[in-house]
Amino acid sequence: MKTFLILGAGTGGTMVANKMAHELDPQEWRVIIVDKFETHYYQPGFLFIPFGIYSPGDVIKPKRDFIPHNVEFILSDIELIEPDKNRVVLTKENKVINYDYLVVSTGTQIHPDETEGMTDDGWHENKFDFYTIEGATALSRFFKFWKGGRMVLNITEMPIKCPVAPLEFLFLADWFFTERGIRDNVEIVFATPLDGAFTKPRASAVLGDILGQKGINLVPDFNIGSVDNSKQAIVSWDEQEVEYDLLVTIPTNMGAEVIDRSGMGDELNYVPIDKHTLQSDKWENVWVIGDAGNAPTSKAGSVAHFMLDVLIDNILRHMEGLDPLPKFDGHANCYIESGFEKGILIDFNYDVEPLPGKFPLPGFGPFSLLKESAANHWGKMAFRWIYWNILLKGGEMPFESQMTMAGKWA
Amino acid sequence: MSLLETVSLNEEGFMTDPNEWTKEVAVEMASGEGIAELTEDHWKIIEFCRESAADSGAAPTLRQITKGTGISTKELFALYPKGPAKKVAKVSGLGKPEGCV
Repeated sequence: MKTFLILGAGTGGTMVANKMAHELDPQEWRVIIVDKFETHYYQPGFLFIPFGIYSPGDVIKPKRDFIPHNVEFILSDIELIEPDKNRVVLTKENKVINYDYLVVSTGTQIHPDETEGMTDDGWHENKFDFYTIEGATALSRFFKFWKGGRMVLNITEMPIKCPVAPLEFLFLADWFFTERGIRDNVEIVFATPLDGAFTKPRASAVLGDILGQKGINLVPDFNIGSVDNSKQAIVSWDEQEVEYDLLVTIPTNMGAEVIDRSGMGDELNYVPIDKHTLQSDKWENVWVIGDAGNAPTSKAGSVAHFMLDVLIDNILRHMEGLDPLPKFDGHANCYIESGFEKGILIDFNYDVEPLPGKFPLPGFGPFSLLKESAANHWGKMAFRWIYWNILLKGGEMPFESQMTMAGKWA
Repeated sequence: MSLLETVSLNEEGFMTDPNEWTKEVAVEMASGEGIAELTEDHWKIIEFCRESAADSGAAPTLRQITKGTGISTKELFALYPKGPAKKVAKVSGLGKPEGCV
């Protein structure tokens, strides 16, 4: 009996379990998936919790509901991965699993404690993250009674999970405070280490204009070094200060600690991989899906989904003694909520930055690229259903994994 | 500025061919970025970035630079004010760091 082991039952790992349970012969293979938590979070939904659009119940389901019956689910933390010995040691009872193939899908977590002063005083009182269920719900309670002041949203350093989420947060905040009738009492500031609103030039220009129209102040090239809690200010490495009444932070993002413990990661605990085949640089039977790897693309569920078919094909090819194909192009597809029941959609890959056009059907849509529309908003809201019911189970989506130029205006 | 006319730059001012880089180009690039003099520590960082890029094909991130050179983030910002990762990449004749996705 051979073992196909998956570490992490988030978006990527769950999709791989569903696909492999279908592809592999149960007489020959056992498929095991390990995760330390029982609960699956629909992470894109965290964004909506502070504004009362979603409640925690909307984003939580048991992981077991999405794991096929012929896959063994082990609830445990991972002590150590030993890729040279093809084995993994679990925390629970120090159980050792020897594997033939390993898929690492241990994801990305936030580390607010990487910034001096961030978690000392007032953490989740007037300083919040919204990348955890705890942060998002604490912020939702804070917003219920807030009368206004200076809200600063700060990105600590790149890369971050879902690089458009901070912009969505700002747009939704503008809408939320307007609806509550307190927009005039709130100053919204966006302090970012980037030189503009976003990482890619054309999208940055469009999104920067929208920030301006909504009266959101951009502070570019701001690299936070510490928080001065007595002054309520964030301080950059080159000693600029930005004062806040409410700080919303996107903390440093890092891969799982077990990657570091196992000596498998880079300086941010991401596993180095071939960005086109998704195979580990060092171990040919180790493969990585989603934000656990160091591929220079967005760390987002849509990307994990676009990686899936390439990853599965390449693993199956490897099992047959064939070389992997360099077919992953860095494709990312992101709905950006822009408030007032509108949204923007961007579609891009390693080589092509987000461009205007229509998606997925060229010329027709129904979604508009790099432009605000109501359809884009409803696409985003429908996506939660698609995520729970189709995507996690490895179902077919009506478009290819690779990005297409059809329907885009270069 | 004559020296910079001999190398190819992209629209954001990064060199497109690291082989065209020389120490003299670095000095010119640095002065364009508001760095009047390149000290020993400046050079230590440049050398690390050139070696790192020769290995990986991409300009290193801030964290890779601090880890690789032992120079603290604070010092790095003093040496290359504002955006050190970008500035160092420019002065070292490399493309824009890939961390921004």
